[in-house]
Amino acid sequence: MGQMEVDEVMCLPRLPRVAVCGGTHGNELSGVYLVREMLKVEKKVVEEEEEPVLVMIVLSNPRATQQCHRYVDTDLNRCFTHATLNGPMSDTDPYEIVRSQELNTLLGPKGSRQAVDLVCDLHNTTANMGMCLITYSDCDWICLHIFRHLQKEIPDIPMRFIHFDVSNKESYSLDSVGKHGFAMEIGPQPHGVVRSNIYTAMKDGVQHMLDWVRLFNSGTMFKGGFVDVFTMVKHIDYPRDSVTHNITAAIHPHLQDRDFCLLHPEDPLFQTFSGETLRYKGKEPLYPFFINECAYYEKGIALSLARKRRVMVPSIRVETEQEQQANDHEYSSEEEN
Amino acid sequence: MSRRNRKRRATGRRKKQEVAGRPAVNRNIQRLLQASECQAGLQRDKAMESVSFPPQSSIAICGGTHGNEMTGVYLVREMQKHKVDKIGSVSISTVLSNPRAVDVCRRYTETDLNRCFTDALLSSPITDSTPYEVRRAQELNAQLGPKGSEKAVDMLIDLHNTTANMGLCLIFYTADYLPLQIFKYIQNKMSSVPVRAMQLDIPLSDAYSLDSLGKHSFSIEVGPQPNGVLRADIFNIVKEAVDHTIAWLQEFNSGSTFEAGEVEAFTVVKSVDYPRDPVTGEISAAIHPQLQDNDFKLLKPGDPIFLSFTGETVKHEGEELYPLFVNECAYYEKKIAFHLAQKRTFKLPSIHMKKD
Repeated sequence: MGQMEVDEVMCLPRLPRVAVCGGTHGNELSGVYLVREMLKVEKKVVEEEEEPVLVMIVLSNPRATQQCHRYVDTDLNRCFTHATLNGPMSDTDPYEIVRSQELNTLLGPKGSRQAVDLVCDLHNTTANMGMCLITYSDCDWICLHIFRHLQKEIPDIPMRFIHFDVSNKESYSLDSVGKHGFAMEIGPQPHGVVRSNIYTAMKDGVQHMLDWVRLFNSGTMFKGGFVDVFTMVKHIDYPRDSVTHNITAAIHPHLQDRDFCLLHPEDPLFQTFSGETLRYKGKEPLYPFFINECAYYEKGIALSLARKRRVMVPSIRVETEQEQQANDHEYSSEEEN
Repeated sequence: MSRRNRKRRATGRRKKQEVAGRPAVNRNIQRLLQASECQAGLQRDKAMESVSFPPQSSIAICGGTHGNEMTGVYLVREMQKHKVDKIGSVSISTVLSNPRAVDVCRRYTETDLNRCFTDALLSSPITDSTPYEVRRAQELNAQLGPKGSEKAVDMLIDLHNTTANMGLCLIFYTADYLPLQIFKYIQNKMSSVPVRAMQLDIPLSDAYSLDSLGKHSFSIEVGPQPNGVLRADIFNIVKEAVDHTIAWLQEFNSGSTFEAGEVEAFTVVKSVDYPRDPVTGEISAAIHPQLQDNDFKLLKPGDPIFLSFTGETVKHEGEELYPLFVNECAYYEKKIAFHLAQKRTFKLPSIHMKKD
């Protein structure tokens, strides 16, 4: 960002194409049912607006959704690395690898100018995380402003911004296919269950996100400010039996449901089945999240830990046509060079 | 008269087994109590009006009947790791009911094991196309039953979890005094969690679940817990309930008399499905926020029960009843959004062990 003045406004390209994706994990039902409802309505282009947004509504993993399982062969939301997307296809490829390449054709290609401008990928978690936007960047001003907008419009739901510090080369999830993208993760909700309050929260979140995009595209200036960003530092696995690999303890009752409550060294972490307390041995107090997420048992994650820091988000507005043409010309020149 | 003939006379003709969660017809409580007396083979001691039962010396504790209901899986594994097979006067078999489903952390692999214990399925011939769970049910029947026979374990406790906010709930088939006294005992001992009883008004011959193998049986159902997740607080509740049950059995076997009393239990009378799209069959509404997590709170006509995805409220019509299993994950495919039950008071005589 460089030496930005507080009142300086950044100009960013329009966002003409937005994708809303649900059922990336087939048993995370808020997104499944929201996408189904949105497909019924089929308002892809709002004609009466000056700046229409093309909203693509996608059921990411239809087979897993049909079975109400997270995935069929492999986790779809780990199949969007450049390596996997550009790898050779074969008849024996897992279903989700084939599907990720289809989605990359539909919404990408990842990293190219043809990619959709924004991907909003809908997820649920069994952890008590409220609403979280999860991205790979802590300086994607579009995502950060959407977050600020949601915080303002939906004040009764705890809302946090999570950042995974993973390079574009290594990014692996569906939201990395668009020019901008984030996962909208809402919990707690058991997999395979629809809770009305969680569904409503997601519906409102998507609606406000689309409203923000329309406002942005029509020239609204969004004032900057501070956002608390949680950057993932590490994961902690359950204690496991060395032979069977079965877990030998559960998340401690004092930690269960306390996502984003600061965890200090020596705080209880796990409770063994015989009642013994195992404590956090890290040196640094960190913020836990994804505490007791069902799908992470097999990934060896009992909880994740994050540092919190305040990020200064600049004011932004959409580029004017002249600014856009100037930037396009500059981009083409760079490409030629 | 053999036990089996006494049972048939008490409970009448066998009915065709229906899908789980099926509605039950209201029955006369007195007739039910008489039926359960016959089934249990009791002798009424007229002088003290206390009812005696044989010693309860062999029990089975079963977990993982549904492979993704984690409390039972881990409690049974823990007991097996510590080679728990006898506590005082009580021999304990610990059983991981559906190992294949546990391995893949799914409710079942081919069919719901906990619907495979009808007399018909237990005696059906095994072929190559027989589902795994039907075979497994017959294995369990050989190990812990046979159902209805003298050889069956005295008591079978089957451990389950639900995504519904049901606290600790004991589930019985009939108004069997032994489990009801255990229920009263656990209710008095445990104050950190609501403890309730649910009754399925089905004669034992039509019973379809694992616990029907034992002479006196019940399920312990605890929630809310997501499938595939292990919560420490839920684990501690179930462990405590099992510990109290074993303590009760020890006291019973040592000759204690358990006082007469009354307990309230909820008898399921019907089930309500989600509103569904007539073409796709998909649900078109979720449990209304005012009903969600309010299991066992009286539902009155006009109370909201569903909120559609387009924002319309569906209201309860019909009599005042108590909802249970509200938004249980596994029941979506069984077309059950929640059960509705009547609250009944069961009078319990005092009970004690029959001395030879």
